[in-house]
Amino acid sequence: MTREEIRKAIIDILADIAPDEDTSGLKDDVGLRDQLGLDSMDFLDIVMELRKRYNVEVPSPDYPQLATMTSCLNYLSPKMA
Amino acid sequence: MPKDQLKGIQDEYDVVVIGSGLAGLTCANILGRMGRRVLILEHHYQLGGMATWFKRKRGHIFDISLHGFPHGMVKSCKRYWNDDIASRIEPIRGIRFDNPQFSFETTYDRKDFTRILMERFQQPKERVEDFFDKARSFNFYDDDGTTTGQFLERCFPGRNDVHHLLMEPIAYANGSTLADPALTFGIVFSNFMSKGVYIFKGGTDLMIGLMKKELIENGVDIRIYSDVQQVQLAGGKVAGVVCNGRPIKCKSVVSNANLKVTIQHLIGEEHFAPEFVESARRVRLSSSSCQVYMGLKAGESFEYLGDLFFTSTLDHFDSVALCAKDVTSRTFSCYYPDTRPGSGRYSIVSSTNANWEDWATLSEDAYEAEKAKLIEETILALERYLPDIRGKLDWIEAATPGTFSRYTKTMQGATFGTKFEGLGVSKGIPEQVPGMWHAGSVGIIMSGWLGTINYGVIVSNEVDSYLSRNKAV
Repeated sequence: MTREEIRKAIIDILADIAPDEDTSGLKDDVGLRDQLGLDSMDFLDIVMELRKRYNVEVPSPDYPQLATMTSCLNYLSPKMA
Repeated sequence: MPKDQLKGIQDEYDVVVIGSGLAGLTCANILGRMGRRVLILEHHYQLGGMATWFKRKRGHIFDISLHGFPHGMVKSCKRYWNDDIASRIEPIRGIRFDNPQFSFETTYDRKDFTRILMERFQQPKERVEDFFDKARSFNFYDDDGTTTGQFLERCFPGRNDVHHLLMEPIAYANGSTLADPALTFGIVFSNFMSKGVYIFKGGTDLMIGLMKKELIENGVDIRIYSDVQQVQLAGGKVAGVVCNGRPIKCKSVVSNANLKVTIQHLIGEEHFAPEFVESARRVRLSSSSCQVYMGLKAGESFEYLGDLFFTSTLDHFDSVALCAKDVTSRTFSCYYPDTRPGSGRYSIVSSTNANWEDWATLSEDAYEAEKAKLIEETILALERYLPDIRGKLDWIEAATPGTFSRYTKTMQGATFGTKFEGLGVSKGIPEQVPGMWHAGSVGIIMSGWLGTINYGVIVSNEVDSYLSRNKAV
């Protein structure tokens, strides 16, 4: 997957997890937690969806890598290449 | 010949869930929804674990743990169960306090508590704000050894009345004491303060019934009267369970049984590293409880007392007195007809925390006598607020530490799982025995309906990951 495709994949997951939030104007370098009001259970859901949809494993020590869109893309690009 | 409770089960499962408390049910539901083959084995005839109820004659229903949980339950039920279940969660109207130190009603949220702390307890706004912010900033992974008592004393020095206000509902909710880590108080208190206290409209029986329906729709097999005696290992990994004397093959097991029962009896200490066995032995169980159900005759009612009513006759707050058999503090859960719309019924459940040791040593006769005394003293305490209540009562019944021990097979009737150290031990099990998990009430913060549901979610993620990694095997 290209970086742009991964970005779309993450936004699709976020839209399902936070259906009441607007995901169209997400800033790449601002924490997803603050922009979308996510809590730790929401991040767990992102991890579960990544495994289900793309067979990507994010072990718990790596959860902080999902903090912003940019860090997500940097972390997931090699895994989803 | 007795009925074969295991009739119709498959030859092998991806996951066997031992016990059907809210952690086990939620974990099973998520894994079932993901397409995993899941079997729930429950020794009792009813699902729900401590989220339970007793149906009695003349329409009485004794809910054990219905009142109340934080708003986070709405999101968790919506996401890990379904919209129907989530839509039945509603805020309770009011929480009342009455004791020699203070007496008032509150909506039990940050806004109202800020007002109360400023107006009634004359605390400056900055101090109150600082307390709320500090309470919210605690993380479960950084325990610096501060106790709840120390934290409250630091925030409100010398104000036992304020500590009483802040601690009493939390002790009711999870059995914690002033000696437990401050972070457990901070996390649980902040969860409640975000939006107040909620209840499941329709009762525990309806909630568990709807969950059962959802589980079946997601392909989860459920068997009751099915007692698991042992988890079987092969090459150090989980390979199956023995239930009602019959082996069942499975790739992983989630035990929703008590943590110590899981390690010491279901798996066996010989399968763990010696230091792990030691740390598991050191895990302290939380206290037990006594509850008295008082159901009114059909057509009878009582005036609004609040939904949760915290009463005490002590002129100060201390955690030891809260569990003592010489009861000074009682929490009345008042159930009005709208708890089960259409029922028209009123009932009150009185709860007190209790020590297992105070009850375990009694002879059968003495136990019954203590139960009768508990009931009589509870009615007397209630008569202070509702003088004519005795004549309106139709069904009175007590649940004591022995009751909880019998129905949930928890150790020592512990109604709130374990103290904080239980969380680390629970999370450490899969490193010791691959394919084995524990999910249930542990560590104070993973206790209560919301805590256990969320712990079930966390574990389901790990089990799913394990099954994905071991697909080829």
